[in-house]
Order: sequence, then C-alpha cells, then structure tokens
Amino acid sequence: MQLIFEKSRPGRGSGILPESDIPQALDLNEFGKTSSAFGEIPVELRRKTKLNLPEVAETDLLRHYTQLAKRTYGINDGFYPLGSCTMKYNPRIDEEIAGLSGFSKIHPLQPKHTVEGCLEVLSLAEKYLCEITGMDHMTFQPSAGAHGEFTGLLLIKAYHQKRKDDKRRKIIIPDSAHGTNPASAAMAGFEVVNLSSTKEGLVDIEKLKEIAGEDTAGLMLTNPNTLGLFDRNIAQITKIVHDAGGLTYYDGANLNAIMGIIRPGDMGFDVVHLNLHKTFSTPHGGGGPGSGPVGCKDFLAGFLPEAPEGIGKVKAFYGNFLVVVRALAYILTLGREGIPEAAQSAVLSANYLKKKLSDMYEATSAEPAMHEFVLSLADLKKQCGVSALDMAKAILDNGFYPPTMYFPMIIPEALMIEPTETESRETLDHVADVFKTLYHQALENPESLRHSPAKTPVGRLDEVGAARNPKLIYRPQSDGENRPGIEEEAVTSR
Amino acid sequence: MGSYIPSTIAERKSMLEFLGKTSMHELFNHIPAELFLSRPLDLPFGLSELEVRKKLEDLADQNGIFKTIFRGAGAYNHYIPSSVKYISAKEEFVTAYTPYQAEISQGLLQSIFEYQTMICALTGMDISNASVYDGATAAAEAVLMCQDRGRNQVRVSAAINPETLKVVKTYCQAAGMTVVMIPLKGGVTDTEALASSIDDHTAAVLVQQPNYLGLIEDCERIGEIAHAASAKYIMSCYPVALALLKTPFECGADIATGEGQPLGIPLSFGGPYLGYMACRAALLRRLPGRIVGETTDVHGERAFVLTLQAREQHIRREKATSSICSNQALCALTASIYLGALGPSGLISVAEQCHAKATYAAEQISAVAGFELAFSGPFFNEFVTSCPIPAEELMDQLEKKGILGGYPITSGVDQIALGSSPKSSDFPVKLAKANDPSVNLSTAPNSLSKLPENAILWCVTEVNTKAEIDQLVKIIKEVTGRCN
Repeated sequence: MQLIFEKSRPGRGSGILPESDIPQALDLNEFGKTSSAFGEIPVELRRKTKLNLPEVAETDLLRHYTQLAKRTYGINDGFYPLGSCTMKYNPRIDEEIAGLSGFSKIHPLQPKHTVEGCLEVLSLAEKYLCEITGMDHMTFQPSAGAHGEFTGLLLIKAYHQKRKDDKRRKIIIPDSAHGTNPASAAMAGFEVVNLSSTKEGLVDIEKLKEIAGEDTAGLMLTNPNTLGLFDRNIAQITKIVHDAGGLTYYDGANLNAIMGIIRPGDMGFDVVHLNLHKTFSTPHGGGGPGSGPVGCKDFLAGFLPEAPEGIGKVKAFYGNFLVVVRALAYILTLGREGIPEAAQSAVLSANYLKKKLSDMYEATSAEPAMHEFVLSLADLKKQCGVSALDMAKAILDNGFYPPTMYFPMIIPEALMIEPTETESRETLDHVADVFKTLYHQALENPESLRHSPAKTPVGRLDEVGAARNPKLIYRPQSDGENRPGIEEEAVTSR
Repeated sequence: MGSYIPSTIAERKSMLEFLGKTSMHELFNHIPAELFLSRPLDLPFGLSELEVRKKLEDLADQNGIFKTIFRGAGAYNHYIPSSVKYISAKEEFVTAYTPYQAEISQGLLQSIFEYQTMICALTGMDISNASVYDGATAAAEAVLMCQDRGRNQVRVSAAINPETLKVVKTYCQAAGMTVVMIPLKGGVTDTEALASSIDDHTAAVLVQQPNYLGLIEDCERIGEIAHAASAKYIMSCYPVALALLKTPFECGADIATGEGQPLGIPLSFGGPYLGYMACRAALLRRLPGRIVGETTDVHGERAFVLTLQAREQHIRREKATSSICSNQALCALTASIYLGALGPSGLISVAEQCHAKATYAAEQISAVAGFELAFSGPFFNEFVTSCPIPAEELMDQLEKKGILGGYPITSGVDQIALGSSPKSSDFPVKLAKANDPSVNLSTAPNSLSKLPENAILWCVTEVNTKAEIDQLVKIIKEVTGRCN
C-alpha cells in the first residue's frame, strides 16, 4: 500500500486551528526583513529547509490508518502466544479510565494539592505491587522492563559504592536470560559473568558457587526462567549470592506464573522490576509505552531515584503514569483472589497446551512447566528440513500469532509458547490441532512450509537486504540524489 | 471479582483432569512448600467493573483540571485534533506487540517508517529510530552514543531542562562519563566560555533549543565550536518550534533528540511521552533502539521490517548499543498522526501562533509594574519575568480563576542547572528529587545569568486566546496592585 507521503497532494489539509486572534510577530514570507521588532525571530535563526510533511485531507488520513490497522495483528485478532511477552487480554475499562480527563489533562508540574488523585494512584499501586512482590518500596520512573533493569542495577551499584566495596563489578547472569539483562548490566557499568545452565535448563549450583565471590555485585534471575521452569533451588541460589556479599535482582518478566502465590521477596530477592505491560495487562502499544517499576527492600530505599541521595532520575517526571493507572484498575478488578487465580490459570493453560503437543514435539525439559514452555524443532529439522522459522511462518497462514522464535538461545530451533490465562479451552484445542496438522505437513510436504506464509498481506521478507542496504526513511525518487548516502563511521566499542 | 479468564470452573476442572491433576495447587507441587505465601494477599477483594470505574473516577476527580494553562517547562498544552485521539485508540495499534512477525505487522511497521521519515523531515537529519522513553532519556542515550576512547566528558548547557539534566547525569554516571556544565550569558549558552574550555576529552556538547528559559540559542555557532574540538554535537529540540527554527541539520548537529509530547500527546501527569532520536547516517550503527527499514518480500513487493538488529540487546547482549527493548511505539504513532493531521502548513501555523501569542503575552505581562522580562534575546513560546510578590501568591490567585500560571523557578541559573527543585516546591513531596549531592560541584557554571527574584517561566501555546491572556494580565495587575 502507499505511504502517507505518496498520498500527499499540495494544498490538502483540514481546518484545525482558527486564524490567530493576535497579529503575527513573524512573517515567513519576508525572509529578508531585518526589523528588530519586539519578539521577532531573527532570520538567521529561522528554518531554511522546506518542511516535508504530508498534506492530506482528514478522510485520507482516517482511511490511511484504517488500512494500516487492518494490516496489524492485535490481541483481539486472536491467539498471541509470544513467550516471555505475556500477551493477555487488555481490558477496555482500563483504557477508559486512563482516558479520564482528571488523569490525562494533568500537567506534571501542577501544585501538589491539585494532583492528590494522581498521587493516590501511585501510592495505591506502590502498596499493592509491593505486597505482590514482597518488596518494601517501589519507583515508577522506569518506562519499560529494560529501563527497570538499568535502574535496579544502579541501586545495586550504589549500595556497594556506599559501602566502599569497590571491587564488586560483576553481575552474574544465566545464559538463558533475556538479552536485556546483560545489556542493562553493561549500561550500568558492570562486567557480565555468564552462568551456564544445567541440562535441565536450571541454574548450575556448583558453577554458581565457583563464580560467586568478592567481585560479585549481584545476580540477575528470572524465576520461572525463560524456559518456563521454576528453579526450586531458588532459596539456595539467593543465599549463595548473599553469602558472597552480592545482591539479587529479580527480572519480573515471568511474574504472571506466580503472582499472588510466591513472592520474589520471599525467594530472597532484594530488587525486582515488573513489566506492567505484561503481568498487569496494560496494552503493549505495538512496542510501548510500557512501565517497568522497580521494587526494593528497605535497606536499598535510600538509593531509589526519588531519594535525596539516590541514583538520580532515570526519566523526566514520574514515569509512564497512565500505564500505572491502567495497571491499578486491573489489580483492583482482580483483587486478592483474582491475582493468584490468574496465575494458576496461566499455568494451567500452558501445561494443558504442552501436554496436547507432547506426542509430537520435543519438550525441552522434563521439569513441569509454569506459564510457558519451549519446544525444540531440532529433530524435526533434521528429519525434514523444516525450521522453527518455517513453522512460525506456516502458523501465520493459520490465523494466529506465532510463538517467540529462537529464544532462549540455549535451545536449538526454539519455539517459546505462552498462552496466558485469557485464552479459552477451545482456543487452546484449536491451536493444538493446528500444530499437529503442521507437524504432519512438515513431514509429508516440507516445501509447503518453507514457502509459507501465503495468506498474509506480504510474503517472507528480505531481511538481509534490509540490513545490508538500509532504507530507513521515505525519499521521493526525484529527491534521491540530493541527500548523502549512508556512510558509516567505524564503530568503536564503548 | 472481575475476571478475564474465559474458562469456567468446570472447564478448568476438566483441563486439570486431562493433566491427571485434581486441583490447581497440584500444578505447583514441585515447588518447595516454604516458598509459598502462607496467607492471602493483603489486597482488597476484586471489584466489579462498575465499582472499579467509580473508584478511579473518584480519584481522577480529586485532581484539579485547569481550564487555562500558561505552564510548560517540559510539558506542553497543545490542541490535539479529534482524528489523532480516534486513530491512536484503534485496538490493533493499542494491543499489538513489537512487530516481530513482519508479515502480519505491516501496518505497524509502515507507521513507524512514516514516523521515522517525519522526524527526519522536522529535524533535517538522515535517520531516526522508532522512539525511546522520553525527551530526557533520548538526550541521555544520545550522550552515550558519543562516548569514545579518550573522550569521556559531555558539556551540557546550563539552560537545559533540569529534568533532562538529571537523567543525563544518571546515565553518564553509570557509563563513567563526566558532565560539565556550560555557563550562560544573557540567558543563553555562553559560546565564548564553551570555546575557551572545550578540550579533547569532550565527547559531545548538548544544548536545548529553545532553551529551558524559552530563549532561542545560536545553535549553529555552538555546533562550530563542538566540531572544532572534534566533539559530537547534540541538540534537544522542542519539535513544534522546529517548524520555524533552523533545523538541527542546518545547525550542524550530529544527533537531534527531544520530547515528542507536544505532538498530540496529552499532558498525562508526565507520561507516557515520546523521546525522539535522529542522527547523521554516519552514526547509524550507534543509534539505540528499534529501527524500521524498507525491503521487499518474496514477490518483490515493498514491505517493512525491523532492521539493523545487530545493534540490539537480543542479539548483542552486553555489547548492545543500549538495553532498550520496549519503546513508546504508540506515542510515536500518535505523533505521526498528529503531524499528518496538521500537515506542514498546520504545524507552521501552530508554531507561529505559539510564538505570536507568547510575544503578545510577554509584551502585556512585562508592561505590569514589577514584571520585567529577564532576558532580551528572542524566544519561542516561553519567557521569564520577574514578579514583585512571592510567585506562589500570584499562582494561588490565578488558580482561583482556573488558571495554571507560569512555573516559578529558582533565583539563580546555577541552581536550576544543578537540578534543585523549584522554590515553590510544587513537586509532590515524595516524588521530589532534591538536589543531587553526588553532582560534581566543581563543574557548576560560573553563571553570568542570574534570574530575578521570584522568577516565573511563562508558556503560551496556540490554545491560549487573546482573551485568556488579557484576563491573565488583568488578574496579575489586581493581585500585585493590591499587594503593593
């Protein structure tokens, strides 16, 4: 379909603003004018380049985005089992509440007595989320999970610095961890120590004992981990790190499996980040805005971004406030009984689907699944050449979103499936049937999978070409020669 | 009470039976008993939708909505066209995940590609990413992009928004970079001071356009100084102002960043907002975050895909350019719808009206005794005046008429630059971040620009009418006249 720029016609637009009721201080057509009239912007400070925004009528605009929306798969289009992403239903009431003008029209620098409602939202959300995680304090500044990791790691860094324990520069991270974990640790100025997993996909206790020592600043862990397995040695793991003088960080990406049942704080974690856009059902927005609040135990409270001697702010103002409003609406709806019920049902969905698939697909661990599970298509690929990618693309033709592919990295040909609690049994049964059909199809007619998808708006993409010859903005063809090409500077490591 | 679980109790029971289990608890049997929470959560019982609505509407009602706003300082009250609200609420956009599976995410991917193009149109830069968390983190990420061997210092204009400065400091401290402030002269960055102090440890120079005090900086000159020292040049710009002002590209910037909230995003008590980041092609591999590129599908048709992922955390792990994963995609979409709705003439009109109305307001306010303009340089839509009475007293009187007056700022640019909260302390107590003592005080600017006592930073946008400005001035006269 056309880009909005290609739909642009000179002179089109819609009347949105009235004529100014104040005479213009600036006349753009008089570039030569050098009058020093009060308030006038001098010519040499003014823009010379034409402002190349599209000129479209309101009808064009609406139709353009309706077309784009039709080419976008949302949670209400169907099953969305992206592992580690917790794509559960996003309640409409939460959207409406976030849209109330009493929240959306509030300036962040209003006097305190005019924002008491906002403060109460943050205060309630902090209280409830601390209870759910077993933490004592929480900051809402972090805007997403990775931002929370960065913030939480800075708390750990500040703690050691305050104690003048300067040799603690290493963060231990399992090889099954989300990529954000090591990236955030590097941003926070730590060295990353990779902790290999046991063949069951769990933390190798003996290796951890070897690694943990006087240079250990902390350990980052997801539990259940990215394989959907609960590490039952968790109390021992956090103790090993504590005994070595390090702190423990809980990546809350997988909290949906245990919320209201087991608390990170009780497992021995000192710092936690949550993904409100996963566990607490706020919509993902096609890649954000999320919210990644960070909770900590009392002894770290003095380092929070809001504390006078804290790590400093990580975001302007108070975080993605309207996302917190949505999460609060969700927590109030589920309540003390609904939160654990959601976790149980998420685990039920995952185990149900896992078992339905178990006769064909190789499960990657004998451990019981929590809220998600990982299939490896390595054997299938050996047999017939069909990869996890082929399977995912074939799923597209069957009308639902494929699982997360090729993650965790320690599993070859991985498909990571997280059905969540908001899918019905019929959906899970249907999905299992599709997987079975595709399994047979892979063995009987592997070529058909390698050529999928066929029913989507576009076919498989040339991703290599996209990266090799980056075209990152639209340029009208006539304009092509006027701009410098992509000349890159050699990348030096930071 | 409310529940989004479709399965009935009977269905769940039969699913459990399929698994050979008799209860939900058995699903957790492999976990050591001592890890379980031994009591119910200390949370209220779940509420029905009706009750939730009532409770949260009550909270929303406890906030004061100002009918007229003359406050900016980093969050701007612009008109949001109906089409923007309507389109950005489309559930496909709202509920989709990051577009990993490109074949069924073309709409989202194309919208991001269009957003990247629009950001480049505004800034003049070559490339843009798909957004970061906000303007403050965009500036911080930009600074980190410039860190190089032997260049570990960033020079930051003392007239940068204090919120941005605080975030830049946090990120820099984490990365082992030093923040050195550039003092001001006449309310703008002192280019002579910068030229005489910049050295070969300087990785980047960061300025804000227009600056925190509303003034338009001579950004081209600052860029020349940065480049003469082989430092990178970062401009953090108010996107609406770019419709009128020299683009970062024209000023020689290597990276343009800014807060995209003015582009159709509601005030929302500070978030979610939108951090935009654009740069020269030469810095492509250093740019953090998602980037969408054009390619073709197997049939040769044009299509869009997340690209250059070798920069990113899920591939590079600890060697990634940043850990950012989720960004502000829906806010980026909102900004592009806004720019599409207004078009070039519409955006220029917004900018012109902001400037014209602010100019009128400055003229009128500064005509009142005791309200002098603090600086004589050209400004966009914000300006600083003195106030003959404590600013809070004036604000209280304005509030009674439903007006959110200008933002009272501290008397001394040094203090602003160091991030102390405003004297009026309007920040919520718990949320306020007091002056960060870890800041290297030796780097504080010997500022030549002192703010007057009771300085107020006023902001005027296209939504403010002449009648509102006249009413504001009338109240100012009444309040200060009475006090005098």
